[in-house]
Amino acid sequence: MLILSVKAEQGIKSEGEASYPKECCGALLGRDAPDGRVIERIIPIANQFEEGEQHHRFCIEADDILKAELAAREIGMETLGFYHSHPDCPAVPSEYDRAHALPFYSYLIASVEQGETKGVRAWELSADRSEFWEKDIVIDNE
Amino acid sequence: MAITILIPTALRAFTDRRGEVQAEGKTVGEAVASFAKAYPDIRRHLYEEDGTLRSFINVYVGEMNVKNLDGVDTRLKDGDTVTLVPAIAGGRV
Ligand SMILES: [Zn+2]
Repeated sequence: MLILSVKAEQGIKSEGEASYPKECCGALLGRDAPDGRVIERIIPIANQFEEGEQHHRFCIEADDILKAELAAREIGMETLGFYHSHPDCPAVPSEYDRAHALPFYSYLIASVEQGETKGVRAWELSADRSEFWEKDIVIDNE
Repeated sequence: MAITILIPTALRAFTDRRGEVQAEGKTVGEAVASFAKAYPDIRRHLYEEDGTLRSFINVYVGEMNVKNLDGVDTRLKDGDTVTLVPAIAGGRV
């Protein structure tokens, strides 16, 4: 289970719509609590994949990951995963997603159809890298 | 050469939750290999099947990305800190 603040959820939805028909991407900040992982806020990050491919690819460069890690540490949080959008495609990880993912991180994917976010789903990679497991999302309205 | 390697949160599951480990090596490639030998479960996340470092694993010596130095052949000095940072990529079909 993944607890997602309503603010983070809204942020992912609007980022996906703003970047449509290209993919958006960014970091998920929060903390690992005994009763589950809590994602409290997002850091939008510029998609660094080559311009002509951004409708189906995203890349976050290591320099930006380092910056996100430092920003998280400053506010007492951790970088616990990343989000991106799938323009006109379901919020299910692709084979390309799997090949480039790491375990531990939560991957939130927003499905954006015709410019409107239809849903956000959460995934984590298995330790042997073979598959993604879906995690239930609970929205925290506080 | 005694080298300190800083581990990203995502890979600490394979280092007994340690964020910092010690390694030995005269080059970046040697230091990462010596560390991976000590924590074999981490290998598949760092290396391709042919033994080269995965392209999305970035290695910094101090604040310099080794892509801008000599890559895995970058020479290390005693006491250097090597930081592993994953770039994140993905997309739809
Ligand atoms: Zn994707």
